[in-house]
Amino acid sequence: MKQKLVIIGNGMAPGRALEKLLTLAPDLYEVTIFNAENRVNYNRIMLSPVLSGEKKFEEIIIHGDGWYIKNNVTLYKGHKITNIDRAKKQVTSEHGIVADYDKLIIATGSTPFIIPVPGHKLPGVLSYRDLDDVTAMMLAAKSRGSAVVIGGGLLGLEAAAGLKEQGMDVTVIHLMPTLMERQLDPAAGYLLQQELEQRGIKVLCGANTKEITSDTDGKVGAVHLEDGTVIPASLIVMAVGIRPNSKLAEQSGLDVNRGIVVSDNMQTSDPDIYSLGECAEVGGMCYGLVAPLYQMANILAAQLTGDETAKFVAQYTPTRLKVTGIDLYSAGDFAEGDDREEIVFRDAASGVYKRLILKDNKVIGVVLYGEASDGPWFFEKLKSGENIREIRDMLIFGQNAVLGSTNADPLAAVTALPDEAEICGCNGISKGDIVTTITKKGLTDLAAVRSHTKASASCGSCTGLVEQLMTLTLGDSFNANAVQSLCSCTELGHSDVRRLIKAKQLKTIPQVMQELEWQTSCGCVKCRPALNYYLVADWPNEYADDYQSRFINERVHANIQKDGTYSVVPRMWGGVTSAKELRAIADVVDKFDIPTVKCTGGQRIDMLGIKKQDLPAVWKDLGEAGFVSGHAYAKGLRTVKTCVGTDWCRFGTQDSTGLGIKLEKFMWGSWTPAKLKLAVSGCPRNCSEATCKDIGVVCIDSGYEIHIGGAAGLHIRGTKILGNVSTEKEVMEVIVAVTQMYREQGHYLERIYKWMDRVGLEEIQKQIMDDLDTRVAYYNGFVYSQKFAQVDPWSERVSGVDKHEFNPLATLALEPAE
Amino acid sequence: MNAMTENWVEIGSINDIPLRGARCVEHGDMTIAIFRTSDDKIFALEDKCPHKNGPLSDGIVHDGCVTCPLHNWVISLETGQAQGADKGQSLSFPVQMNGNKILLSLRAKS
Ligand code: SRM
Ligand SMILES: Cc1cc2nc3c(=O)[nH]c(=O)nc-3n(C[C@H](O)[C@H](O)[C@H](O)COP(=O)(O)OP(=O)(O)OC[C@H]3O[C@@H](n4cnc5c(N)ncnc54)[C@H](O)[C@@H]3O)c2cc1C
Ligand code: SF4
Ligand code: FES
Repeated sequence: MKQKLVIIGNGMAPGRALEKLLTLAPDLYEVTIFNAENRVNYNRIMLSPVLSGEKKFEEIIIHGDGWYIKNNVTLYKGHKITNIDRAKKQVTSEHGIVADYDKLIIATGSTPFIIPVPGHKLPGVLSYRDLDDVTAMMLAAKSRGSAVVIGGGLLGLEAAAGLKEQGMDVTVIHLMPTLMERQLDPAAGYLLQQELEQRGIKVLCGANTKEITSDTDGKVGAVHLEDGTVIPASLIVMAVGIRPNSKLAEQSGLDVNRGIVVSDNMQTSDPDIYSLGECAEVGGMCYGLVAPLYQMANILAAQLTGDETAKFVAQYTPTRLKVTGIDLYSAGDFAEGDDREEIVFRDAASGVYKRLILKDNKVIGVVLYGEASDGPWFFEKLKSGENIREIRDMLIFGQNAVLGSTNADPLAAVTALPDEAEICGCNGISKGDIVTTITKKGLTDLAAVRSHTKASASCGSCTGLVEQLMTLTLGDSFNANAVQSLCSCTELGHSDVRRLIKAKQLKTIPQVMQELEWQTSCGCVKCRPALNYYLVADWPNEYADDYQSRFINERVHANIQKDGTYSVVPRMWGGVTSAKELRAIADVVDKFDIPTVKCTGGQRIDMLGIKKQDLPAVWKDLGEAGFVSGHAYAKGLRTVKTCVGTDWCRFGTQDSTGLGIKLEKFMWGSWTPAKLKLAVSGCPRNCSEATCKDIGVVCIDSGYEIHIGGAAGLHIRGTKILGNVSTEKEVMEVIVAVTQMYREQGHYLERIYKWMDRVGLEEIQKQIMDDLDTRVAYYNGFVYSQKFAQVDPWSERVSGVDKHEFNPLATLALEPAE
Repeated sequence: MNAMTENWVEIGSINDIPLRGARCVEHGDMTIAIFRTSDDKIFALEDKCPHKNGPLSDGIVHDGCVTCPLHNWVISLETGQAQGADKGQSLSFPVQMNGNKILLSLRAKS
């Protein structure tokens, strides 16, 4: 007969222990879990991205309902255990469920500490611990009022950043003189404070909360500080620390100190009861980060299968803050002391601060702010206790400087790491573990590596490193984007879908969904626009654009603004305009009372704040002056920026303006996987910034240098040179051909640089620069599709297309008040 | 209040609304979006996303929901409730069909 294992609490620690147990010995126990929270096991660490809106709750679930069914685990959701009867070996839930156990695990986590100032019980005072807190915060944020976060540690700052992101006015109150004083030294704490203040979060350090007062309807109204300051707030989040939740254990007579006392193999004072997670105290310490908790999980799992060799060893855990755009890393001991030395590097201009604390020529502490990519490397030195005398001079500049590899090989850093180097701090997974698992199990995609090794499966901050290791191990056969499915409606990836559309001659969206076994009836916001593009690109003469599968901007041919009005950007070929055009724009602005007129970053003019109903009339007037849509909204050709070139510039080598205009006139109207921006510069001074565009041309004395794969938005990428040609005609041919190649192969929303990373520059050069027949075939393909695409959408709408978009269905008379 | 006393107003024909699309009805200061799903069901919501008031009529309609054009919240057409982890609700209004004609009640569902 199977033994009965009962688990109290379904947090990250027991979740991990169970996973491990089920791999080691799937049939040993009959498992029952009771969880006070009314939900499955989820990644608590990722609540901050949920709060800031970067992730959805569904994305942070660790074990969904199906997992419990598959593994035969009984989960009681929303059942708090109120009693443990050790004599009868039974637990009882608040709803009266009784369960017998042979072995019991207590994993009740911790409870947030609430400062007992007057008013701490008012509605509107929250802690930050579980999804309910996040939901309550997001609801409160709807009012766009002011929030006060008490506590400037890891949790408090993540909460503050998330609330700010949700549109609240946020103040952080922190008792200590600098933020995150337990993880950061004062200098880094100060930089962090500055960064947060720049983002509009107010920070008050050295501030002591005296009381919380209510507003007129009995909810929180303000926080009063010891020094008399009053800060109005409709939401207060207390994030001042946690307490191990050991009440239940204490009531049942187990040894409890700060937490539930366990030996180094997780056994409590009752040999049939184990404890792990934040509620457990091992070696006199309680832990609040997942890395040590996962170590406990592994030990407990081994223990439950009869392996008693594994013992808990105290470890340092590095800290990172999960606020997008803030790069911070700290580990070890960084207090000052007579027996210590330090190396400090500051770059005020770029906000970088690095400090290493040394003792006897060994690294014992590291604080990095602003540039933290060397964190794991320093941490490795810290853990190994390596004598660093030899490399001391260069040490602070990091791994590349010390190892002398100044080249830009992105893999150099991971290549040089020793096998023991820890890659995933949360899960304690080393480089060696990852590489061995990849090879042994033949893994080829990130999701598989995550599920087999757990590396990057918790807070995700080491994802980049894991991908680099995959590239290192698998070589070219790995590419980070490969096997992701297009969306949750299908298992197929973009490339497969594109291939099958061609192979099976699929020509409508319903047909694709039917033939490729879509799992939803009519797709979702991710797949419908993608399929629509693929069909437009593959069957230009046959496919009828599915208007309802386009994002609103491409449906009404203007850019939606935050208040529901639209902006309109006409083409200004190559950035050149005239008095007549400017006059026409001025007239339109006056006539329609357009609130804002702005020069865009793409060398043309944007008219913002136009009411949807006015759009056709605006276009009519613009059209009469010769303007067509600038497609500023399109996954298609946007702008071709130019400089003045030989027309005027004393350095110009070719007619860059003329060439830019030719390109734009030839290519406008085409749909592409993502937006497409071009530029032509008249000489290598490159005033039109051609080397950060999707495709750029830099004119030189001997002809034209054609560039590809740049971007300067979310990611900044310099271009690579596709090749050199000597005539304008060749420039046109090459650019048009490479665009067509991209149109046929790119994944929807994948810009040229990402496509290029996927297929390789060499492959593109081979097909476009070396093989003239292929080049011409692509060129002709583009020219053919332009026959159907080069129609000005504005004049179409002026003449009545999609009229319903711009007019209400009905306008109802107001009923007189009764 | 029972259905008999609801005040139904005729607002147009189902054919005026594109399949998987929406049209608006203006009612004083309020705009009501009328949606038509792929299986020809009609729903009415106030044209205001519970997140930051995005115009839901400009969203993409799929599976009984509409995705807001501003920040991609997914709103149930039936109840106006935000789906997934998002919380909030847009006003929803009863709709009735009389042949092809759409009848709208201006008393929001509760
Ligand atoms: C209007 C403009 C800003 C301005 O006032 O100057 C602008 C406005 C927007 N940009 Fe931009 N971008 C504008 C030039 C740029 C540039 C500069 C350039 O083109 O030389 C860049 C960097 C270059 C690049 O693309 O690499 C730029 C990089 C982005 C990005 C990041 C793209 C990326 O892949 O990294 C986005 C986000 C996206 O597309 O997903 C974006 C998205 C947007 C959106 C569409 C955001 C949105 O979804 O609503 C904005 C539309 C506002 C509107 O309704 O008009 N915009 N945007 C510029 C219009 C240029 C034009 O004439 O068409
Ligand atoms: C917002 C946030 C961000 C974080 N970020 C990080 C980070 O970046 N890195 C990091 O390492 N750590 C981070 N942490 C800490 C980490 O999430 C915790 O250390 C970890 O989740 C604790 O796991 P646990 O299983 O011990 O307890 P918990 O996950 O707290 O689980 C305990 C569970 O037991 C239930 N329970 C309690 N009493 C009973 C009872 N009597 N009967 C039944 N069920 C009961 C509770 O409802 C709860 O679901 C973060 C925590 C939060 C809240
Ligand atoms: S940078 Fe571009 S996307 Fe961002 S706010 Fe400005 S216009 Fe909008
Ligand atoms: S306004 Fe609708 S999602 Fe933001």
